[in-house]
Amino acid sequence: MRKYWVLQRKSFSFLVDKKTTVSIFALILAAVVAMLISIGVGDMYIPPWDVFQALLGTGIDINQLIILEFRLPRVLVAFIAGASLALSGAILQGIIRNPLASPDMIGITGGAGFAAVAFLTMFSDDSNNLLLSINYLPLFAFGGATIVAFLIYVLAWKDGVTPIRLILIGIGLMALLQALTTLMMLIGPIYRASQATIWLTGTVYGTSWNEVKALLPWFIGMLPILVLLVRRLNVQGFGDDLTKGAGISVHRERFLLLMVCTALAGSAVAFAGAMGFVGLIGPHIARRISGSSFGGLLPASALIGGIMVVLADLAGRTLFSPLEVPAGVFTAAIGAPYFIYLLFKNQ
Amino acid sequence: MAVLTTSNLTLAYGKEPIIDELNLQIPKGKITVLIGSNGCGKSTLLRSMARLLTPKGGHVLLNGKDVAKRSTKQVAKELAILPQGPIAPEGLTVLQLVKQGRFPYQSWLQQWSQEDEQAVMNALRATNLIPYMETPVDSLSGGQRQRAWIAMTLAQGTETILLDEPTTYLDMTHQIEILDLLFELNESEKRTIVMVLHDLNLACRYAHHIVAIQDKTVYAEGAPEDIMNEQLVEDVFQMSSTVIPDPVFGTPMCIPYGKGRVVRHVNTPQYA
Repeated sequence: MRKYWVLQRKSFSFLVDKKTTVSIFALILAAVVAMLISIGVGDMYIPPWDVFQALLGTGIDINQLIILEFRLPRVLVAFIAGASLALSGAILQGIIRNPLASPDMIGITGGAGFAAVAFLTMFSDDSNNLLLSINYLPLFAFGGATIVAFLIYVLAWKDGVTPIRLILIGIGLMALLQALTTLMMLIGPIYRASQATIWLTGTVYGTSWNEVKALLPWFIGMLPILVLLVRRLNVQGFGDDLTKGAGISVHRERFLLLMVCTALAGSAVAFAGAMGFVGLIGPHIARRISGSSFGGLLPASALIGGIMVVLADLAGRTLFSPLEVPAGVFTAAIGAPYFIYLLFKNQ
Repeated sequence: MAVLTTSNLTLAYGKEPIIDELNLQIPKGKITVLIGSNGCGKSTLLRSMARLLTPKGGHVLLNGKDVAKRSTKQVAKELAILPQGPIAPEGLTVLQLVKQGRFPYQSWLQQWSQEDEQAVMNALRATNLIPYMETPVDSLSGGQRQRAWIAMTLAQGTETILLDEPTTYLDMTHQIEILDLLFELNESEKRTIVMVLHDLNLACRYAHHIVAIQDKTVYAEGAPEDIMNEQLVEDVFQMSSTVIPDPVFGTPMCIPYGKGRVVRHVNTPQYA
């Protein structure tokens, strides 16, 4: 049996890897199942069939309310945030050509974290009231991520931006931002510090359709850009010289892709907090399933990232019930050991 | 006829020029080898000829046209470069690697045309890699891996191929294998090959044309048998040597002096 489908017509031609295509469909199925389970399980268990009916709008009122108003938007935000983070990580690992690169590693997430903590502490008065609506927090977080991404790019510039400068400057900025974030939390009101900690861990607690509406356009908006750039991303993996040799303007392309990473990671973090390790681990798991070619790697990363956060949130809601543990605790709990394993294997 | 020409080319990474006001012509359809001591700028020169390095002054002309002024994708259809020690992303298969050589010809809708398929299969065949198509590049042996990269540059279907030290890190068998492959390509398809090599004896055997770089410019260029001699080795490499015809191939062979064991027989010429 051949391993590829070959489509060759006058106006178009593609080479499609069978195994990758099958695994992507399997992942889509897994994602749907994970989301359905997550929608059904909680303080009140709703059987799968009733979940279906509620989603179709023919369920009983109480199920409709729980599912459509509370659980569905939360699961959607979890999935989109996870997918965005993993996509962002997969792209970064491609352009930086380093398997350890991720938005948390080079400070993009750190920028969002600092901005969010600054928002919580600076706009808080003595009686612990926020002077600005909490609805502005995502805006600050997104702004922080964007500013840091630009800073990394500008500081790394020296007749163009090389991957090694990008990652070193990124790591430096991340360390600085972490210190500033800690400082912010220490000098701010104590109540805000615990709120900030939860945010920095990453949680989709209390998300509603408003968050879905704000997050979805960023995710959907980046997809066509990625579809267009995916071929180029494959070439970039060979290094600057070969990329240029193949006829690609390396620096322009790298800037564009970095902006896509920032938009994806920035929007995800804005609504789901600084969820750790998804951007790092998601692409690695995906690579094992779909191979290294970005045509398969990007969709697989997005699906894995989404599944990771959906399951982490499910665990956080149910394992220690009635206590809610932020989903980020679980992504880190799985991610950190895996990260050490990666370092160990790369020696 | 020259396929690549440099006119008053000045190259530098910082302030100090590495190549100064160089005028050089690379003959079409021949194998040209750049030689010179470490850090003499031969790799830099090769990179600038492939538009990977912007000159501080002067121009590089490819088939008579300035490479800096042409679209980089257009240049990619006429000239391919294989840099030194390229690294493939983890897990990428040989086919996925070689396929990327077709990038300049593809568009979003045309990702695998019949021409692409043919060029890739021909490149895999020429490099004996058909059985390894689905093998990840990082699990190949050094020689196979280098062949895979050469296959990628072949798939690019260019008349001119530039290679920076294509035999580095390879054992003798694989060095010869790679050079034989390039020699055959030149013989059968008349492709112009320009490469940097460190082994002078192999350079003399495989090159039609040698360019010796010294002191920011060309010290000598021409057929190996015309220009290779003790004086050149002394001036370019600061090394005393004896240059004799290779007993098997007849091409110049350089025996560098130095310390080491000497076993005297009747025919051992004496030196120093």
